[in-house]
Amino acid sequence: MNKTVNPTDLKLDDDYGPLYAAQKKVYPQSVSGTFRRIKWGLMAFCLGVYYFLPFVRWNRGLGAPSQAVLIDLPNSRFYFFFIELWPQEVYYFTGLLIVAAIALFLMNSIGGRIWCGYLCPQTVWTDLFYAVERLIEGDRRERMKKDKSSDPMKLERISEIVLKHSIWLLIAWWTGGAWVLYFNDAPTLVKELVTFQAPMIAYIWICILTASTYVLAGFMREQVCTYMCPWPRIQAALTDEWALNVTYRYDRGEKRTSVKKAAELRALGQPVGDCIDCYQCVAVCPTGIDIRDGAQMGCIQCGLCIDACDTVMTKIGRPTRLIGYDNDINIERRQAGKAPIYRIVRARTIAYSVLIAVVGGIMLYTLATRSMLDVNVLHDRNPIAVKLSDGSIRNAYTVRLLNKSGYDRVVAIDIDGPVNAGVHVVGVDSVTPDRPMVVIPRDATSELRLLVTAPAESNPEKSIPVRFHVTDIGLGEVASATDNFVSP
Amino acid sequence: MTDHSEVDTVTGKSTTGHEWDGIKELNTPLPRWWVMTFYLTILWSIGYWIVYPAWPLISGYTSGVLGYSTRASLAVELANLEKIRGEKMAMLAAAPLADIEKDPALLALARAKGRTVFGDNCAPCHGSGASGSKGFPNLNDDDWLWGGTLDQIMQTIQYGVRSGHSKTHEGQMLAFGKDGVLKADEIVTVANYVRSLAGLPTRQGYDAAKGTKIFADNCVSCHSEDGKGNPEMGAPNLTDKIWLYGSDEAALIETISNGRSGVMPAWEGRLDPATIKAMAVYVHSLGGGK
Repeated sequence: MNKTVNPTDLKLDDDYGPLYAAQKKVYPQSVSGTFRRIKWGLMAFCLGVYYFLPFVRWNRGLGAPSQAVLIDLPNSRFYFFFIELWPQEVYYFTGLLIVAAIALFLMNSIGGRIWCGYLCPQTVWTDLFYAVERLIEGDRRERMKKDKSSDPMKLERISEIVLKHSIWLLIAWWTGGAWVLYFNDAPTLVKELVTFQAPMIAYIWICILTASTYVLAGFMREQVCTYMCPWPRIQAALTDEWALNVTYRYDRGEKRTSVKKAAELRALGQPVGDCIDCYQCVAVCPTGIDIRDGAQMGCIQCGLCIDACDTVMTKIGRPTRLIGYDNDINIERRQAGKAPIYRIVRARTIAYSVLIAVVGGIMLYTLATRSMLDVNVLHDRNPIAVKLSDGSIRNAYTVRLLNKSGYDRVVAIDIDGPVNAGVHVVGVDSVTPDRPMVVIPRDATSELRLLVTAPAESNPEKSIPVRFHVTDIGLGEVASATDNFVSP
Repeated sequence: MTDHSEVDTVTGKSTTGHEWDGIKELNTPLPRWWVMTFYLTILWSIGYWIVYPAWPLISGYTSGVLGYSTRASLAVELANLEKIRGEKMAMLAAAPLADIEKDPALLALARAKGRTVFGDNCAPCHGSGASGSKGFPNLNDDDWLWGGTLDQIMQTIQYGVRSGHSKTHEGQMLAFGKDGVLKADEIVTVANYVRSLAGLPTRQGYDAAKGTKIFADNCVSCHSEDGKGNPEMGAPNLTDKIWLYGSDEAALIETISNGRSGVMPAWEGRLDPATIKAMAVYVHSLGGGK
């Protein structure tokens, strides 16, 4: 028999660690340097594109939307500058997603989590929200002090908090507002929104996006990257030993001690590192990690610790880039006294680039050569064939003509099928016998009922293929489709 | 009942006192929030009984203070639908019959409306694809008893055939055998004559001259001298390849002996004028319309 254990003696946490950890609020300190400047620049660019793109105009002619980028859901069209896509061309988005995914892999194999550190909306908006917070409540120490203080709040502190959240909400609201502008003519919608005449769905989406921006950038922040986002897990599996990552260069020696002690030890010829344990890299980190622990999932590789460390290294007169874009291979090479090598061109990056070029090339080619005139044919199912009084056989088809161009077309329909077969479109009096002509309005589809009649003497014994040719009589463009002609 | 509960030494929790083959159940009560939610749902259901229809009575049910009824809300939705459709149907009603097929939007509307109404009202006899069956004409072909122009089709739909309506199509195939007009051998002869009109083979020993005479004496008043029929009387063309009741000798003998008088109901009054118009356009656009 097992010995009975006193439940109070069991300490599961000690053996397995807690399964849940409460969020520790991060107070990133302000920092300046190369990477901070790059981040400001990219933030301005990304937000600029997001907020102002709906207002960019693009002339497509009278009656067509003049917005450069527009997702027109009621009319099922997508406009992107000179490109107009119909719902059946949604595969271009598949291609775009493939290119985007491989571009992400390529970025990752060159410079680690470039996406996470600089371009991801979560990073960009969180960075913006931190900037607002810092501006109003002060830098790291002040914010920590204010949050810890147990004194009853004074008017000054209350107004600070109110102001911060108001500005956050304003940014979040603007974010939601810009979102809906991609789905309707932006200037019109803005006018409607401010006069409360916009459709309810627009307000609902603004509210949803306002809430998600406010919560994700104002409160959840690094939690999103660490707990919600799948990319940190995926990228860890995709990376290799040559990829450059934000790395603490431990080849710069141990141990970590104060400037004074380090100088003493150095004078004595004893081993000492360049790191002086100032914790500046931890203080500026937006995800609250210590980069000196090595590559880790919490690190979004924004490069701010590089800026922080460089500032300190410059101050104490040691070489900069104790933290930098590097990899273990080079650290080991330097430790062995060899020159570092940076291998950006390697099988992996070549493969990704080729894939991007191939998929992108296919997309561009199909886009450039796609037909602006199209035809779909559907054979009547009931009845499949009709015998007429003179013994001839007639099949009926539903023909859908698509005109993707910005102008009306006149098309002639003729067929390759049973010998001497007649073609008639219901509601169309043919000027040319057996070659009915119809008008397809610009950027539209027309559905026709088309009848093919084979004379008794040419009756095919069984089903034979019939090909429908639709010819633009002005431009000579031809679209074709195949179906069958069936005898009863 | 005595309390058998005891404290479990491993977990420190009390047991419920239930024991199965030495296995005891720990007393793990439901969380308070769960129990509270449960009570709340009970309270909610009482409110629901008061507000909404809930309890069946002997003849009826408790209707609830809101007076809600699914039937009433359906009526409202249907009325809204009619309002939305009304505008388009008014356009259809106003357009001259001949112009509907020329306008792609009106044609699409008429065909969509026509197909639905056809399925509800006409399909039992004519079939869902309007291809008919014995005694019920195929509306896809170009053989029309009462004429295949738009106006004629509309007239037939409106007033029916032998429907009893004052404006209905009249005229019927007489029962030449049953009424004793023709003798059995004469019927066989004229049946073969009719087959010869359509280019079908005749029976051996058939007397063509006799057949011609019987036909001329009895049939030409409706089917005309050349046998091509007359849409005014609903008399079918006997020279073509389409036979409503069959073209073999036996079927023809049956037709001549007993007559035919198929009935189609009049739809005026059952369907509104715009719908009848849509029906006419739909049937005409199936392909056979003239």
